[in-house]
Amino acid sequence: MTTRTHCPYCALQCAMDLTPTPQGRLTVSPAPFPTNRGGLCRKGWTSTEVLTTPDRLTRPLLRQHRDAPLTEVDWDTALDHIAEQLLKLRTHLGPDSVAVFGSGALTNEKAYLLGKFARLALGTSQIDYNGRFCMSSAAAARNRAFGLDRGLPFPLTDLACAQVVLLAGANPAETMPPMMGHLSAPRLIVIDPRRTATAQTALDQGGLHLAPRPGTDLVLALSLLHTVGTQGHLDQDYIDQRTHGFEPAWEQATAWWPEHAELLTGVPAAQIHAAADLLGQAARDHSAYILTGRGTEQHTTGTDTVSAWINLALALGLPGRPGSGYGCITGQGNGQGGREHGQKADQLPGYRRIDDPDARAHIARVWDTDPQDLPGPGRSAVELLNALGTPNGPRALLTFGSNPAVSAPHTFRTHQRLAALDLLVVADFVLSQTAAMAHVVLPVAQWAEESGTMTNLEGRVLRRRRATTPPPGVRTDLEVLQGLATRLGQPAHRFPTDPDTALTELGAASAGGMADYSGITPQRLACDQPLYWPMPQNDPPTPRLFLESFAHPDQRARFIAVSHRPPAEAPDPHHPLIATTGRIMGHYQTGAQTHRVDQLRTAEPVAHLEVHPDTAARAGLTDEGWAHLTSPRGTTLARVRLDPTARLDTVFVPFHYAHAQAANNLTSSALDPTSHMPEFKLSAVRLEPAPPP
Amino acid sequence: MNTSPSPRRIVVIGNGMVGARMAQETARLDPQGTRVHLDLVGTEHHPSYNRVLLPSVLAGTHTPEQIRLPVPDTPTINVRTGVSATHIDTTQREVDLDDGTHLRFDELVLATGARAVLPPLAGVTTPDGRPAQGVSTLRDLADCQRVLSLVRPGAPVVILGGGVLGLETARGLIERGARVSVVESSPWIMRRQIDQEAAHILARRYEELGVSVHTWRVATRWIPDTGLELDDARLVPGEALVVTAGVRANTELAQQAGIEVDHGIVIDDHLTTSHSRVHAIGDCAQHPGGGAGLVHPGWEQASVLARRLSGTEPGARYRGARPLTRLKAQGIELTAFGHVHDPQGDQDPHLETLTISDPAQGRYLRLSVRDQRLVGATLLGFPQAAATLSQLYDTGAPVPADRLALAQGPPTAPPEQNTTTLVCRCNAVDREDIEQAWLDGARTRQAIADRTRATTGCGGCVPDLDALLEQMSHTPTAPTTG
Repeated sequence: MTTRTHCPYCALQCAMDLTPTPQGRLTVSPAPFPTNRGGLCRKGWTSTEVLTTPDRLTRPLLRQHRDAPLTEVDWDTALDHIAEQLLKLRTHLGPDSVAVFGSGALTNEKAYLLGKFARLALGTSQIDYNGRFCMSSAAAARNRAFGLDRGLPFPLTDLACAQVVLLAGANPAETMPPMMGHLSAPRLIVIDPRRTATAQTALDQGGLHLAPRPGTDLVLALSLLHTVGTQGHLDQDYIDQRTHGFEPAWEQATAWWPEHAELLTGVPAAQIHAAADLLGQAARDHSAYILTGRGTEQHTTGTDTVSAWINLALALGLPGRPGSGYGCITGQGNGQGGREHGQKADQLPGYRRIDDPDARAHIARVWDTDPQDLPGPGRSAVELLNALGTPNGPRALLTFGSNPAVSAPHTFRTHQRLAALDLLVVADFVLSQTAAMAHVVLPVAQWAEESGTMTNLEGRVLRRRRATTPPPGVRTDLEVLQGLATRLGQPAHRFPTDPDTALTELGAASAGGMADYSGITPQRLACDQPLYWPMPQNDPPTPRLFLESFAHPDQRARFIAVSHRPPAEAPDPHHPLIATTGRIMGHYQTGAQTHRVDQLRTAEPVAHLEVHPDTAARAGLTDEGWAHLTSPRGTTLARVRLDPTARLDTVFVPFHYAHAQAANNLTSSALDPTSHMPEFKLSAVRLEPAPPP
Repeated sequence: MNTSPSPRRIVVIGNGMVGARMAQETARLDPQGTRVHLDLVGTEHHPSYNRVLLPSVLAGTHTPEQIRLPVPDTPTINVRTGVSATHIDTTQREVDLDDGTHLRFDELVLATGARAVLPPLAGVTTPDGRPAQGVSTLRDLADCQRVLSLVRPGAPVVILGGGVLGLETARGLIERGARVSVVESSPWIMRRQIDQEAAHILARRYEELGVSVHTWRVATRWIPDTGLELDDARLVPGEALVVTAGVRANTELAQQAGIEVDHGIVIDDHLTTSHSRVHAIGDCAQHPGGGAGLVHPGWEQASVLARRLSGTEPGARYRGARPLTRLKAQGIELTAFGHVHDPQGDQDPHLETLTISDPAQGRYLRLSVRDQRLVGATLLGFPQAAATLSQLYDTGAPVPADRLALAQGPPTAPPEQNTTTLVCRCNAVDREDIEQAWLDGARTRQAIADRTRATTGCGGCVPDLDALLEQMSHTPTAPTTG
């Protein structure tokens, strides 16, 4: 029997049909769906191979003491051990001595119950998630501009009719290939320091590729704002009627006329003029979109940079109009839903603020507790990881759906902190690098083995359907949470293991919040209706937001006056180049899944260094040879791939590899002051030849 | 009791681009005003604006409102326009203002800028030294408005001074429909920034736009409503004369206060004058590293001084500029910096130069390289290379070996490995896989897709696959690879 579900990987959530073979394995075929239009990339096609990977975990693993090996134990032993340790810590050091780390890969139900577990069963404020590494800058900027944060406030299919789409720091041709099907008609303006596949597509389709020096996107956005203004493309009626704060934002742009921006960004003034004109002409026809991705967001200036892109969109009158808009391209599978339902340090379900008394009262009512018993805001992801095992920091960490040993910045320090814990618990289906450091590893079910809901990059809530049973010995994350919660003294009914029961409670918790899911029911999901939030009970879904008004009390969008700040790190004589990091087509995130798929592993078995031939030659590197990249924090190893289109001052390494080849050996934990996003996209490095591994 | 020291009082004289930037940077570094209290006074009645864009206002691409610069909204930063400083008392640490009030300071910042010079030329000035009828300089918004009132479509205008400002003004006035002549007393235009050959091609570009360029000609007399008379007795017709013949630093206040002045107010790497509590930045200042007359060094000075005086980085230093000239003239891409080529004077055996002179296309490129570092360049009509080379010069990074490739900019074709045989990137299907599927009996796009997954990702390769199918169906024998 065939099961219709969605891909386990990115936020495009391509629809797929899973069909069991006589041998009991599942085969994949792409299914028609608006986002993937019947397509799949190579990761989707091979996704079921991870279900039967030979090193799949099926028994809990426990380390009796710090230096002992992980050995198999039964579930009761593992859960009893964890609960005992957690209770001991709470008694001696208080509830904040225990921390939780969640994920944008978790279903809405898991994300919701994980937040509830932290606040209610553990009583800790110390919960955050890996979405801090993905969506936080765009989310912060969207909230302050629009009063609400939904990645794409319009269906993805709207893009296909646009004349022009500007993509800032996004490379969907590599990271979300089926999305490119929506971008074949518009002319593309791609902002990326690298000539990515997406940038090449832009050029092939008669569009533009602007390649700024990393860390200068904000200046480029200000210069584009300045230039669309001087070319007469401002939508003054829209600015007057639907926005606030244009003047101060414009004045910041006045300092960055194109010929001045050119020096800092390295983008020729003529290209800035051309891009502004292409975009401005399309905006006059209400037929332009501006989209941002991690490339422009993962900086210490990420929030302000997204604000600068939004300012540009507002000045052109794009948001809140059919046929045009601003959106950010969510990365992780449930990067959208994951940031709405309470696994973020400062949030409660329904995209509510945890410091809002009304929000606390509402959630306390749903959770049948006292608002005063709900903890306040906790540390953000990197601050949380950096605090682990320090005198005032948590002594225990529970991670779900995440592999921070590879995904967090500044690997050396992250490993130091993880190693300093009294208790590290990892729920995963394979022995990830983080799991290998854990005291207890809990084997959990994979996507095709359980059901739930995911919210895709458009804010559309989708049904993930169970297509097969988990291997014997494996439990679902919800079962793990219930097992732990009851051992910590919670009644079982507070932590349901049935996803639909959890969804109903999530609906009630989110009701009245910005991300209102109360109208999303198993019945409506079963009909495959396009359910875009906000969707209050009895109301229709909202495919397009802001058409009438923005979500601020005065219904207007806000320009934010932002100015350039230098990145946290500048090249110096010992580290003269800039390394930037990102994804490649064949792998996903830390590679815990994709390195276990033969076709994907063999195609890209090792990390590569993308470098200009001159820059390589100067460092003594040859094509296909090996190189060490060294930043002030560490060294990573990669195989050289010469690219004559690369900037001379910038090199690229993918972040899907671990240990000696981990890109995050290089990155720093410098944070954006607003979103607390780390600066993944910029480290100062030097290159040296290295022996093959 | 509050034991924190009271905020340091800073007074900034001059609300131009650099003085305003000083206030802006201070606001950014000290948003709560706990470290400093800053008063800024400026003579002009307008809020601060971007002077660099005045030629764009002339061209009509910017309105005066559109070139306003940000005013800090920090309560401890107080900006007063329409007020001039008249006297500095360094002993009492007090500045007198022309409205009769005084400002006390702990630290004083002179950002008094420069003023346009009117040459000693008959008919150009009134007896009291102001521009005569039909004559204007172009230094501030008032000048800009005066120039606009003097020019009209179809009427002749003379620009005296063929430097950067003169050429930008000429380009702007062409947009207004004026008939423009440029007169330059040096042997060639932009004499300080570019060599003669480049200037010659640049002049040709201007002439193609309808500008007549007269170099190495000294003006002798301005005749109102008639034109500018040259030393060869020719008359360049003009209803208006725009003088863009250089500026002079405003140093009088400093001089009266006993502060050391040369061409400008003399400053060191701390941006401090001969008086330890008085600092100077921007066009009024004279640093051993040069850079006056360009906004970028001035803004850098404002940033350094704001960090020093706010106490956020007391050790900050200004180490001089790498001045870079970037002409803002629609349709003309000119960048020049560093060493200017001199066919007679360049005897340095370690200096390499690369020259591309392409008068037919109006392009010119000259790079001067020493020890693999760029020491100077002139780039006319090479926008991509100019952007890259400017950054190499600014950061002092080494120059690539293939300098000609650099001039051409990055290749627009995809790197070779992507074009060889790969058909479907999303699923890593190459031509050989598709041919094999054909040999195995797949004859339609769908059949090929079922076997190879080609076209099932973004769908961008559908036309390529269709073309391959078409090709294979016309091949009588089995397709061969390679």
